[in-house]
Amino acid sequence: MNWTKKDLLGITELTKEEILFILDTAESFKEVSKRDIKKVPTLRGKTVITLFYEPSTRTRTSFEIAAKRLSADTINISASTSSYVKGETLKDTAKNLEAMNPDVTIIRHSMPGAPHMLAKIVDSSVINGGDGTHEHPTQALLDLFTMREKKGTIDGLKIVIVGDIIHSRVARSNIFALRHFDSEIICCGPPTMLPPHLNELGVKVEYNLKKAIHNADVIMMLRIQKERGGVNYIPSIKEYSTFFGLRKEHIPNAKKDVIIMHPGPMNRGVEIMDDVADGPYSVILEQVENGVAVRMAVLYLLLGRET
Amino acid sequence: MSILIKNGRVIDPKSGLDEVIDVFVNGSFIEKIDKHIRKAGSDVRIVDASGQIVAPGLIDIHAHLREPGYEWKETIKTGTMAAVKGGFTSVVCMANTNPVNDNKSVTDYIIQKARSEALCRVFPCGAITKGSKGEELSEIGELYEAGIVAISDDGKSVKNSAVLAKALEYSKLFGIPVISHCEDKDLSKGYVHEGRASLLSGLDAVPAIAEELIVRRDITIAHYVNAPIHLTHISSGGSVNTIQQAKKDYKKITCDTCPHYFSLTDEATLGFDTNTKVNPPLRGKEDVKVIKEGLRNNTIDIIATDHAPHEGTSKDVEFDIASFGISGIETAFALSLALVREGVLTLPELLRKFTVNPAKLLGIPYGQVAPGKIADLIIFNMDAAWKVDRNSFLSKGKNSPFHGWSLKGKNLLTIVDGKIVYKDKSFKG
Repeated sequence: MNWTKKDLLGITELTKEEILFILDTAESFKEVSKRDIKKVPTLRGKTVITLFYEPSTRTRTSFEIAAKRLSADTINISASTSSYVKGETLKDTAKNLEAMNPDVTIIRHSMPGAPHMLAKIVDSSVINGGDGTHEHPTQALLDLFTMREKKGTIDGLKIVIVGDIIHSRVARSNIFALRHFDSEIICCGPPTMLPPHLNELGVKVEYNLKKAIHNADVIMMLRIQKERGGVNYIPSIKEYSTFFGLRKEHIPNAKKDVIIMHPGPMNRGVEIMDDVADGPYSVILEQVENGVAVRMAVLYLLLGRET
Repeated sequence: MSILIKNGRVIDPKSGLDEVIDVFVNGSFIEKIDKHIRKAGSDVRIVDASGQIVAPGLIDIHAHLREPGYEWKETIKTGTMAAVKGGFTSVVCMANTNPVNDNKSVTDYIIQKARSEALCRVFPCGAITKGSKGEELSEIGELYEAGIVAISDDGKSVKNSAVLAKALEYSKLFGIPVISHCEDKDLSKGYVHEGRASLLSGLDAVPAIAEELIVRRDITIAHYVNAPIHLTHISSGGSVNTIQQAKKDYKKITCDTCPHYFSLTDEATLGFDTNTKVNPPLRGKEDVKVIKEGLRNNTIDIIATDHAPHEGTSKDVEFDIASFGISGIETAFALSLALVREGVLTLPELLRKFTVNPAKLLGIPYGQVAPGKIADLIIFNMDAAWKVDRNSFLSKGKNSPFHGWSLKGKNLLTIVDGKIVYKDKSFKG
């Protein structure tokens, strides 16, 4: 398969074949991170900008490490150090960055569609590193990579996503990706946090956590998006935790080899208890590890595309 | 100066006239409508309208001309240039200017400006409340005497039900309509319609009930004080159904919708094109169906443009922070002619919603092609194909989601007060 796309703006733009192609490419890059010298010359001379308008630890670092392991030069710009605080528009920032000839810009923004806008302005590649409540494509790709690695397949699984679905770009991107596969997708959370029309995407809704995770192969826990007003959708964090916090005693309801996932950052004691987060079923740190491989694959494919 | 329009298919929705006939305009007035009128002389302009349709000039009860205060978005001059190009000969300009048109001096200013610069009739709409803040009534009587034809706090609802009740009741004194923008602000904290598309885009969404609730409330209040109410830019199918039911019990309800609510669905927002961001938002497929049905069964009386021009920079930003609104006055009529082709309305029925019905709502003596009436006329071609190019808009606002669309039906000539104020380049008559 030849990669032709300039940008990675969302999972909705990818075919099933393209998703699998990224995952397959990531497999070969995973090995690089295990070497003594974790660097290949693939993207030498390429410039990668991370333009982050929202805070991030994992995603930004993961992209930076991915780029560096491919020998690209990386520049990090965050909202607090950018001209954004001086009132510069995204369009102007984009044009100015473009004038410095980067090869790819990874943007994170609080507003849906910001990466799409950027991609229309610049000729270089754009990767969506999370846009508001819309998409977080590389997160979904690393989640699928992890599921496939652990389960051997993405088909025939029962996957339960629990939490603040309405505000979650991770849930959206995962749903968009998993729809291509023959898996059962269940969303669980308080009714106020489950957006209407989920069923039109082939997603089942179950309010009761214990019922939702019955026989589950994968449980993906999400945090409450406080920065997007998530707390106004529930009476209190304490009550939320009572009904939707994943505890050790829940686990026997799921399949014996269930995996527990979380995109981070976790709110320990709220949506996930310590003994689950750090327990034997948790693959949370493996997700982080796989994130680097998946992002290496994405950078490699976009920058090495057929033109 | 006089104009003789020869051999056009003349449609006057009010009288039911629909035949190929000549129209003679002398001075400001239509002097004669008859077969084979013969006039000669150097002061008679003969217009050959063979194959074209001659109709009353269109009346837009809802436009934003932005003056005073937002002249970089639009002026009375550019807005009316755009209007006459689009086939409109009368335009009601909304009160959300800066300052708000809540007092006589602003109304005077608009009327003065229009007198010297406008290409068509401009009728100011006054604010219901001072500053459109929803608290105290504007001096509606003084505004009326200065020349307003309606009151509206368009852009928002009058949140306080008691204030709205007083406004409805008080404006009976002057017989002017209250034009209500129906939106529950607490429910409408979003930028697009709540539906499948918003689930996909992740954009903050507004449920249709944000409109429907206020439609119900406003009708209830109007009925209670026995005052007429006009509900503007109706977008949701639920609202149409409510209005249809309510009209059976209470006759003093009228409403309008806009071309974008029957030409586009929320699917158009999926590419994050900020030109699709409008308030109320573009709705779902089912809503569009019911809007069309409402137009067909006359639940919806009027088609208005809600022409909302914006400068490029207020749309050239992230979707969340882009301004709401569509620059629509130059595409409204052609988009609406599609309703005739689809069989939703006959051409006279469509014209009624652009002429007779708005004239009746506002109590203005226009919207007719009849002897003795003021000569506000358009000549248009039903089938002329053209491509929307926002860069060729006469409006300062290039914010159109219809850019690049191929449309059929084009206004060719506009006559206001017996004078030709617009002629399309392609029109050889």
